[in-house]
Parts: sequence; structure tokens; C-alpha cells
Amino acid sequence: MSVNPLQFERHTGVVAPLDKANVDTDQIIPKQFLKSIKRTGFGENLFDAWRFEDEGTIGKPLSERQPVRDFVLNDSRYADASILLARENFACGSSREHAVWALLQAGFRCVIAPSFADIFYNNSFNNGLLPVQLTHAEVDELFARATQRQPIELSVDLGEQAVTGGDNLDYRFEIDPVRKNRMLKGLDEIGLTLEHADDIKAFETRHVKANPWLFDGDRA
Amino acid sequence: MATLYDKIWDAHVVGQRDDGLSLLYIDRHLIHEVTSPQAFEGLRLAGRNPWRLDANLATPDHNIPTRNRRLGMAGIEDPIAKEQVVTLDDNCREFDIRQFELLDVRQGIVHVIGPEQGAVLPGMTVVCGDSHTSTHGALGTLAHGIGTSEVEHVLATQCLVQQKSRNMRVEITGSLNQGVYAKDIILALIRAIGTAGATGHTIEYTGEAVRSLTMEGRMTVCNMSIEAGARAGLVAVDETTLGYVEGRPFAPSGARWQEAIEAWQDLKSDKDATFDSTVVLDANALAPQVSWGTNPQLVVGVDESIPDPATFEDEATAETAERALKYMDLRPGESLKDVPLDKVFIGSCTNARIEDLRAAASVAKGRRVSTNLEALVVPGSGLVKQQAENEGLDQVFIDAGFEWRDPGCSMCLAMNDDRLMPRERCASTSNRNFEGRQGHLGRTHLVSPATAAASAIAGHIADVREFLQ
Ligand code: SF4
Repeated sequence: MSVNPLQFERHTGVVAPLDKANVDTDQIIPKQFLKSIKRTGFGENLFDAWRFEDEGTIGKPLSERQPVRDFVLNDSRYADASILLARENFACGSSREHAVWALLQAGFRCVIAPSFADIFYNNSFNNGLLPVQLTHAEVDELFARATQRQPIELSVDLGEQAVTGGDNLDYRFEIDPVRKNRMLKGLDEIGLTLEHADDIKAFETRHVKANPWLFDGDRA
Repeated sequence: MATLYDKIWDAHVVGQRDDGLSLLYIDRHLIHEVTSPQAFEGLRLAGRNPWRLDANLATPDHNIPTRNRRLGMAGIEDPIAKEQVVTLDDNCREFDIRQFELLDVRQGIVHVIGPEQGAVLPGMTVVCGDSHTSTHGALGTLAHGIGTSEVEHVLATQCLVQQKSRNMRVEITGSLNQGVYAKDIILALIRAIGTAGATGHTIEYTGEAVRSLTMEGRMTVCNMSIEAGARAGLVAVDETTLGYVEGRPFAPSGARWQEAIEAWQDLKSDKDATFDSTVVLDANALAPQVSWGTNPQLVVGVDESIPDPATFEDEATAETAERALKYMDLRPGESLKDVPLDKVFIGSCTNARIEDLRAAASVAKGRRVSTNLEALVVPGSGLVKQQAENEGLDQVFIDAGFEWRDPGCSMCLAMNDDRLMPRERCASTSNRNFEGRQGHLGRTHLVSPATAAASAIAGHIADVREFLQ
């Protein structure tokens, strides 16, 4: 059975607590890895500058590198984590979609935070990574649990808009219904838009009439 | 009763869905080498073609060296970087998209060449796979950054699925003192409202100080809207806008120009338009600004000492500030004027236009860069470079000990070989001071071009006002 990577219904996994606010996309995937023209291969360099003492480059084998001891994702307890827990304004800064690819390719399916930067939030839905927004208090509570000796597991149910887990953890989250539906079904956004091709053409006809200079063909 | 944002938005809605999401038509799509390869690949895989070729304009900028430009591709030593630039060439050729190639004098940073060419016009919707697309809002366009999936979506459909944002008005009252520039306005604003202060909003910049700015100054302000969390920033169209656009290569001319400027008269918010929030900042009160931390909110006036994170009310900001001080190797109470610099970078889509170079050159003229540092000037485009050379600015910089380079993003994000070494400290006219942004473990202080030039001469962050008397 082939799995549609854009689809997200329900996911259960270990939570990695990244206790930082304003994490920017330069940290999620540093620029030197953006030289790749591929869509894959970013996972092992997720949070590269935080995870390793030495500076990473494309293709440098992980076995030759010096991990940062106390960085959370180097903690063996979270080796299989697939849910990232972070603080507010997660993934601000650069629009690089590579940040979403890196998270997915490192095994994450979901990020929970009190707030997200806009562009990252959009990019996530276009790739099947679910950003879940909970309140500050709820995120505080999750951090308190997730940072104890024993890692916690959570279930994220998109249909129910619910995050649940072990010891009576049970939260609801808000999500735009269209994005939710698209993700539940794993629909390709471009295909959906092209179903409106006639509307786009009709719009262009009106638009060129009102703003002919936009369609003069470029003069330069 | 509509805001400028409402007006441009309404004029581009192809279809509205009950849930508030809209299909928005995109007039101009700017493309560069880093965020486009996977989008073209997606088109190829799905057997799709670009919807409207003449809406697209491409150029390489992020990943190119700023030396040996005349060698063209052969001058790119890094094979992976070269592959990316070659891939852009190949994709533009395959899909028949207009590109200003590496050796074209019109090549430059996407956000510099768009307005420079008149390829961005008032009232347009403009997108690019780069968050600083907000720059173009200075022309009264709705412009914002997008991810690679959206690049593919715009290529294939000429549309984006968008949620309308809220309206924020930022009023900059008064006028700027000598030595204080557009860059200082935007740094002070981000300091005041925070890096998430405008999340979910489109900002319209208004007020006397914004009206008095040149187009290039307005671009600097709009450019960093994203650093305040807004995807887009706008300035209403006025005589300054029209004066800037008229006569540019892609701009309409003759009868079409008359038609266009008539239509553009309405590109301002109605008098009684309502905004979801308003922020007022007094330009008269501003000193030159300097960032001391690792996000663009952690900023002080050049006279102020570094604050104590313990005094910050917001816990997350205090935590970020603690981390920043450690990373930047600074202490509360310290003055930035006492901390030696290793590098100075004048460039980027925030501050590499001709007026930026003029402001820096006027400080550098007849002076010498401090012996303990390296200083770099990287013009925003081939045409900016040419103009600067025509005015003799290159010689002013070279005589003062600056390096004069070829156009590109350069040390703004250090994807090429212009970068900070670990723990090096830099005064930079770019827009981001994130950890490692300008090189692994590098330390960035964001400043205006004039402050950067003054700091290069002083060898530490300097108060440019002392250089202008
Ligand atoms: S100059 Fe810097 S911010 Fe601007 S487009 Fe280039 S990398 Fe991005």
C-alpha cells in the first residue's frame, strides 16, 4: 500500500520537547543545506548548528561529527520522537520550505506550539506536517510532562481536533476547516485550484480590461 | 471605508470560499535559484506548464559569488552552488521564463531588481519564494513571501489560496534627525512591537515620516515587515511613487501610463477606513539603532547600554534575550561602542540600493577603515553597481579600504563564501541577526548603511551622528 504523504488523519508518537521560543527557520535547517536542488536529504541536518559542535556541510557523514551533548534531539530518549513541542512564534524568519521538509524527513509529523510564523504554517499544510496550536497554559503543561525522565506519547487526531495522551492529557485545537479537510484527504492543492481554471480565465479577462498595462507583454 | 490592503485584495480575488479562504490572482512572480528547483521539478512530474509566462521574472542571487563575476558560471567554485544556478538557467530555458542571467547587467537581488526594472507596479500582487518580498509593498503593491509548494502553485495556476490578514496601521510621526534613516525606523518598530507583533497582519506604513521617505527608504521599511511577523507591508501611492516608477523599462508609457496613473490614484486607504490595530512611533525621538541580540527585536539606540533580560516583562523574550547575550558574548549594561568588530557588511535587499551606498560613501569619504577589520560593499544589482561607479562611489569605498564586490545576497545569508568565521562580530546592513545567519557562530549587529560605514572606520559600533557634523 502506498502512503499519501500529504494525508494526516491520526498520529501517535513520542514528544520531543524543544524548550525555546522564536525558533527561526535558519536554525531548523541552516542555509548551507539549501544549496540542494532536491526535495529530500534534509532530515539528518535538522537543527544542524544546535545538534553538532562542528559546522555541517552537505554530504558530511554524521559519523564524523561531534554531537552537542545536551541538545534535546541528541537525547536517546527522543530518538524516535515524531511530535515536536516548542514555544511561541515557532519557525519565524526565512520562508524556506526546506524547514518543513527537514522536520518531516527527520521523522516528525506534527509540531505543537502556542503560535507559529505564517509562512511556515502554510508550508506545513502543503507537505503533510500538522502544526497544532495549543494555548500557552496547555503548552506549559505539556512541557512539564514531556521533560520528565520518561518521555510521553501523544495522539493527535485531526478529525477530532484533539491531542490526547497517557495521564488525562486531553486538549482541543482550532484549525481552518478547509485546510483540515485537505489534509485529512491528502489532496493536492494545485489540482484543486486547477478545477477552477475557468474562473481564473474569466478573472483574467476582467483584470486585463481594468489594468491593460499589466498584460502588455513586458516591454523590457 | 476600505484600507489599501482591502482594495488590492478585493481587486485580485478570483473566487471566495465560504470559509474565508480565497483564490487570489498573482500579477508578478519573482524567481531565484534557491527556492525554485523543487517547484519546477514538481511541474515536470505532474506534466504541468506555467499558466502565464510573462508574469514571471527570474534571476540568480542567493548563492552566487561576489568576486570574478566576469567569469560567469566558471567563477562559481562551489560545485553544489553552481548546480543550483545552472538548474535555474535550465529551468528558465525549458519553461521559457525570462531570466536576468548571471552575466546580465540587470541581474541582482530579486527585491532590488523588481522595482528597479518597473517589473513591480502599484496595485499589483507580487510573490516570490523569499520572505523579504514584503519589500515591494513600498510601491503600493500587495507583496509577500511564499514557500516552494506555493511557488509551484503560482507557476501552475497564477493564483494562491490565501486567507485575508488583518489590517495594522503603523504611523511614523515627525521627521528623522540627521544620521537617522529608514533602517532605524524599522528596527525601532520591531523593538517596540516584537518579532511576532504583526503576525497575521498586513502593515500599512503611514505618517509624515513615511511620506517624506524616498521610495528606496520605503523599501527598506517594508522589507523588514516580515521581521515584525507581518507577511506584507504597504505604503500608499503618491507622487513619490509615480516619480519613481515612470520611465522604468517594464513600466507602461505614453497613453498607457496616463491610464495607469489614473487608476493608481485610488491606491490609498479611505479616510474612514478601520484598522484592527494601530501603532504610533515618533521619528523625532529616534537615535541610530543597533541590534544586540539574535533576533531583530533585541535592539537599542546607539547611546543606550544593553538591557538586563531580568527586566523584561515577557518570559519568552527574557529567555530568548538570555540566550542571545550568551551567543553574542555580551553583558547587560555594556555599551556596544566598546565592543570591537571583525567585519562590516554593506549590502542585502534591505540596504544595497544607490541611496544606501551614497549614505555609506558620504561617511567613508576621506576616511580609513579601521585596521582590525574587513569591510565589504556589495551592491544590490548590476545597475546599482554601474550607477555607483558612474558617481565614483566605488573609488570612495576602495580608497577608504572597503572591498567593492559584484551584486548578490552575499553575507546577508552567507550561502556563498562571504561569511563570518566562528565568533566573528559584524555590523551589517542586512535584516536578520539569527544565530549563524552570517556564518556558523557568527555575531551580527543590524544597523543602517551610514552607521555601518561609521563603525567600519571606528572599528566598533559607532554613532554616525558624530561623523556628520
Ligand atoms: S539579500 Fe538576504 S534577505 Fe534579501 S533576498 Fe537575499 S538572502 Fe534574502
